[in-house]
Amino acid sequence: MIDLHVDLPGLHLKNPIIPASGCFGFGREFAELYDLSRLGGIAIKSATPEERFGNPTPRIAETPMGMLNAIGLQNHGVDYIIENELPWLAQFDTEILANVTASTEEGYAEVIRKLNHSDVVKAYELNISCPNVKHGGAALGIDPVLAASVTRLAKSAAEKPVYVKLSPNVTNIVEIARAVEDAGADGLVLINTLLGMRLDLRTARPVLANTTGGLSGPAIKPIAVRMVYQCAKAVNIPIIGVGGIRTAEDVLEFLYAGASAVEVGAQNFVDPYACIHIIDDLPDTLQKYGLSSVKEATGRSLNL
Amino acid sequence: MKRGTAIILSNTMIAEDTYEMILKTEVTDDADCGQFVQVQVPGYYLRRPISIHRILPDHQLSLIYKVVGDGTRVMSEMAEGEALDLFGPLGHGFPVLEEDVVLIGGGVGVPPLAETAARYRSKGRNVTAVLGFNNTAAVFGTEEFRELGCNVIVATMDGSLGIHGTVIDAIKEAGIHPGTVLACGPLPMLRAVAENYNGYLSLEARMACGIGACMGCVVKTPDGGSLRVCKDGPVFRTGEVVL
Repeated sequence: MIDLHVDLPGLHLKNPIIPASGCFGFGREFAELYDLSRLGGIAIKSATPEERFGNPTPRIAETPMGMLNAIGLQNHGVDYIIENELPWLAQFDTEILANVTASTEEGYAEVIRKLNHSDVVKAYELNISCPNVKHGGAALGIDPVLAASVTRLAKSAAEKPVYVKLSPNVTNIVEIARAVEDAGADGLVLINTLLGMRLDLRTARPVLANTTGGLSGPAIKPIAVRMVYQCAKAVNIPIIGVGGIRTAEDVLEFLYAGASAVEVGAQNFVDPYACIHIIDDLPDTLQKYGLSSVKEATGRSLNL
Repeated sequence: MKRGTAIILSNTMIAEDTYEMILKTEVTDDADCGQFVQVQVPGYYLRRPISIHRILPDHQLSLIYKVVGDGTRVMSEMAEGEALDLFGPLGHGFPVLEEDVVLIGGGVGVPPLAETAARYRSKGRNVTAVLGFNNTAAVFGTEEFRELGCNVIVATMDGSLGIHGTVIDAIKEAGIHPGTVLACGPLPMLRAVAENYNGYLSLEARMACGIGACMGCVVKTPDGGSLRVCKDGPVFRTGEVVL
């Protein structure tokens, strides 16, 4: 019997597969396709203090083995989410990781204080790495001092564990990882998307209305694996790995690099059943490499 | 909606840069007119949203698509017997109302109107199809609408076939006074349709998920809200969204 379950701060995952924030909405669309209770957890779409329309369209562009997005954190705001989305999610036996974004430090604390009252939310995912908003987001995630400061504030507001989602758009991600660990983060999620752009040769204009967007998909997987590996060597808090995962073997690679669990993002767009396929394939894949549990796979490539 | 494999029965050029692909698949057996499928082109990451041209007997699906980039070019080079991964049918299509309608199509916006025409004709409704193209080389599908028993009016922007001008010019010149219109085509055409008539418009958008999760294809509503082309559309009432 292969043991898929993973216990992390606040999150008791029956398997290590979590759809990534922004790639899964609040699960409603995918619930038409399969039972969300099969998922280890769900990182729900980012909650901001107020409603946000997001960026103008086009918001999506395809790239070789990946895609650019510049959605701009469109959501109805934290109050709407508490009133309408979280009660609906309560029917599923899966762990909800609430992604939080704001344009000010106080905004992060405000959203967290509101979500503290929800029994559905098991932990927070602090988004200090969205490349598609002008204020907050990525600006906080590229400076160790600012990243630590917002983490500290979030921790003081939070009554549940706080995972910090890091930006790969930095020279040294280890420095940021250490800074947020020192500031009290309970775990790390890495990586968010890489800043990129595409140009339309007929018009000479950017394809995305926002000019730049976040690159995701298999194209970024080697970067994500490298960053998980580097951070896992440097910190003592658990890491949730994310970036370009398509298959159970990809999951294993992230686990080997030091991740305790993973998030699946853009692949949900390509194969709407992606998470289920990966969960189904995971036991045989672990067995193939001589492993009997997910925990056993975590960090296998470290300290060799 | 479901994911499944489709086998290519034929893939033929029917106009300049425009192809018709007939597929054997059960994915679209219950599709409505105006819905679309997400096509996975081998070697490309995201799926291509392509509107349903016709649902044919014996689990056959017809798609008409234009080569607009590398992915659709690869699709146009696929041969009979090859397999494609499909996901669908997706979105909300055209309503089949208890009244006569005028269909307005522009370029590759014409295909979803063919299945729509077939549904209206099978209910005995009179259908006028106003089909606009840039030039004669781009024209396709006019015979199909005639065979379905529609009154067909063709317009070309360069005047090389049919009425010289836009679909709106053609409607006026032909002396038609549309009640409900069902339209699909480029944005400037849809804007002109919405300014002149009432009915339903099918929008095109860059999409990722195709099921309403990613918020990649949103359009604004007049009250400042938003709707998703893939899930709430692609067909909207005139005035429902800001064009």
